[in-house]
Amino acid sequence: MGGERILILGIGNILWADEGFGVRVVEALHQRYELPEHVRALDGGTQGLYLLPYLEEATGVVIVDAIDYGLPPATMKVLRDDEVPAVLGARKVSLHQTGFQEILALLQLRGRMPPRLRLVGIQPELLDDYGGGLTPAIAAQIEPAMAMVLEILAREFGVMPTVRSNAESSCLAPAITRDAYESGRPSAEDACRIGDERVLVNWR
Amino acid sequence: MTIQTPNGFTLDTSGKRVVVDPVTRIEGHMRCEVNVDSNNVIRNAVSTGTMWRGLEVILKGRDPRDAWAFVERICGVCTGCHALASVRAVEDALQIKIPTNAHLIREIMAKVLQWHDHVVHFYHLHALDWVNPVNALKADPKATSQLQQMVGPDHPMSSPGYFRDIQNRLKKFVESGQLGIFKNGYWDNPAYKLSPEADLMAVAHYLEALDFQKEIVKVHTIFGGKNPHPNYMVGGVPCAINMDGNMAAGAPLNIERLYFVRQRLLEAFEFSKNVYVPDVIAIASFYKEWLYGGGLSATNVLDYGDYELVPGDKSSEQLPGGVILNGNWDEVHPIDPRDPEQVQEFVAHSWYSYGDETRGLHPWDGVTQPKYELGPNAKGTRTDIRQLDEAAKYSWIKSPRWRGNACEVGPLARYILAWGHNVTYVKDQITDSVGRFNALAGTSLTPKQALPSTIGRTLARALEAHYCAKMMLEDFDRLMANIKAGDSSTANVEKWDPATWPKEAKGVGTVAAPRGANAHWIKIKDGRIENYQCVVPTTWNGGPRDPKGNIGAFEASLMNTPMERPEEPVEILRTLHSFDPCLACSTHVISPDGEEMARVTVR
Repeated sequence: MGGERILILGIGNILWADEGFGVRVVEALHQRYELPEHVRALDGGTQGLYLLPYLEEATGVVIVDAIDYGLPPATMKVLRDDEVPAVLGARKVSLHQTGFQEILALLQLRGRMPPRLRLVGIQPELLDDYGGGLTPAIAAQIEPAMAMVLEILAREFGVMPTVRSNAESSCLAPAITRDAYESGRPSAEDACRIGDERVLVNWR
Repeated sequence: MTIQTPNGFTLDTSGKRVVVDPVTRIEGHMRCEVNVDSNNVIRNAVSTGTMWRGLEVILKGRDPRDAWAFVERICGVCTGCHALASVRAVEDALQIKIPTNAHLIREIMAKVLQWHDHVVHFYHLHALDWVNPVNALKADPKATSQLQQMVGPDHPMSSPGYFRDIQNRLKKFVESGQLGIFKNGYWDNPAYKLSPEADLMAVAHYLEALDFQKEIVKVHTIFGGKNPHPNYMVGGVPCAINMDGNMAAGAPLNIERLYFVRQRLLEAFEFSKNVYVPDVIAIASFYKEWLYGGGLSATNVLDYGDYELVPGDKSSEQLPGGVILNGNWDEVHPIDPRDPEQVQEFVAHSWYSYGDETRGLHPWDGVTQPKYELGPNAKGTRTDIRQLDEAAKYSWIKSPRWRGNACEVGPLARYILAWGHNVTYVKDQITDSVGRFNALAGTSLTPKQALPSTIGRTLARALEAHYCAKMMLEDFDRLMANIKAGDSSTANVEKWDPATWPKEAKGVGTVAAPRGANAHWIKIKDGRIENYQCVVPTTWNGGPRDPKGNIGAFEASLMNTPMERPEEPVEILRTLHSFDPCLACSTHVISPDGEEMARVTVR
């Protein structure tokens, strides 16, 4: 694998229900599979510029994210190379701070766009549930999305991760792993869960 | 109609209304409305956080030792300063003293974050309010090289060939139609004053800044175990020290890693000295006529103080806090975040309800109960507001006040306070840079005339980045000396077990965050979080009016600013950006689409 560096990047905000999908896929992947030295699985959260160094050193990138494709909820769609900035730039349903498409534009300006770029996107069902976890329909797509990432790794990047034999600590802080985060949620009486209808109606 | 505010502003709502929603190139979601008179001068300003804020409530019942991991996820920018405020609040509540090494490592991490955030803010989010990248295509690379050598003689990248190369790259990028980062500009607006050469120099430094920011964040990976979400820990820092250890991932800190850190800190120091500060001064000199935007900074500023040399000793702070009122830089009032009479939040104009809305609540007793309603004079509907009614509730941000006074927070506030406290290094920085500005611009402004302005706010941020770089190099030397003296302790775990905690406890953690005074208040009961309140910098600056009618820092800063073209709000964006607004934590964010151009409506 001379000089190859592969990045699997989960992005999104885990505090906003299905927005956390990308991070949760990377979490599950990290927990179950051992990755070769030149492959990195990264919880990108809602980080913008902090992700630039990881993207610039990569020769192949697989992004996992909740994307508004305007498709039925839980639909999974894979995009490649030039299709990726197009869809990320066209519409941004996300809390990503420095819009991720802006990061891609920067990579272009700096002439350091990763030569191979893949996006495994899921159409979210619910975003405006602050403090909530993935909805069941979206949670059910973690396995298929992970399988898709593994297929891309194997077919296109020549990477075959092995199943972990030993338990590995999470790539997230223990308090915010999916189990701890979702099971420790305060009740609706204790913690108001509504969002801002002015903004949210537009999205629905 | 004209309204006189108690804090000295005359608001006139009779002129046409300009609505900017969303305000672009900020973190989070924000709306701004202004009224301009017949000469297009802003005579009334309304700042609104358009998303509900519910961070506090999702923490109820959680383990206090975990709160930092949640607050680190509020937004993508100030991860570390919320995590730090959170662990400090818990340590304060449980009276945990952290080891010297932990203090120094946290200091370095906080200052790296400060430096990084300031640099990224200036070059990535704010520069385009002053710099016109399209104009840079017209620059003469040779003249740009001469300009560079004049304003930043110690910066090595200054040859005509270097600038020609940058210009070619920019040209290719613009021609490809992928304007991306540059597409939300008003590039033919006369509000842009730089020469093409200065524009090209700034674009070159924008690209260089991206290289530097990439390197320095590696310090967070080393001390925080990982990036982009470094680990924090109640009682210390989660990294062990073993000076003879190897460099394997996750291995303890060793000498090689520490020297890597020192190298990065040195580079940060050089970049802020040779590039960032000179750029701000050079750009400012083209805008010498544009000394608007001071607002509250001319009168009231606040910070809690930070960067203690001796942990737990406020008198050893290198950026001491307090409150300055009415522009009297000679008198700094002490601030105590625990005193129920000092910091209070009001909601008379916020979409929350309290029992009695003429009163403010101290954050320990804070309530976050949403109540979304529009005033009788609002135009549009609940889901499509065309014009807000600022006489009623109009924002998801609360209005914090210090003894009833609206105050500005941020690097400029800290620098004015440091001047008031006679911090020598800061006073020298201010005097020197205002002097260099005067020399370039042919003006003779005093610090007191120059600082309370949009440009002054931007300059203070650059100076603070440089001061942070200096301080963290010293922190580094102290850390090395302490380790060499045989101390390798990085955490105090005596009170890690909740069985050792009192049944009830409360604490507050404060941080000089990049955008200003940040504080988290926590109440712990039976080992769980009972109440959690954050009063973040953008709450101070961006909050709506209080029950007495005092306007906040954003609104005040826009007052009396002339606009070249009301339909192109360059001036509004410039001044709001100078605060580095981050609405992600002061409110919550969902962008319905990726529209980059601010939607502007003039009525």
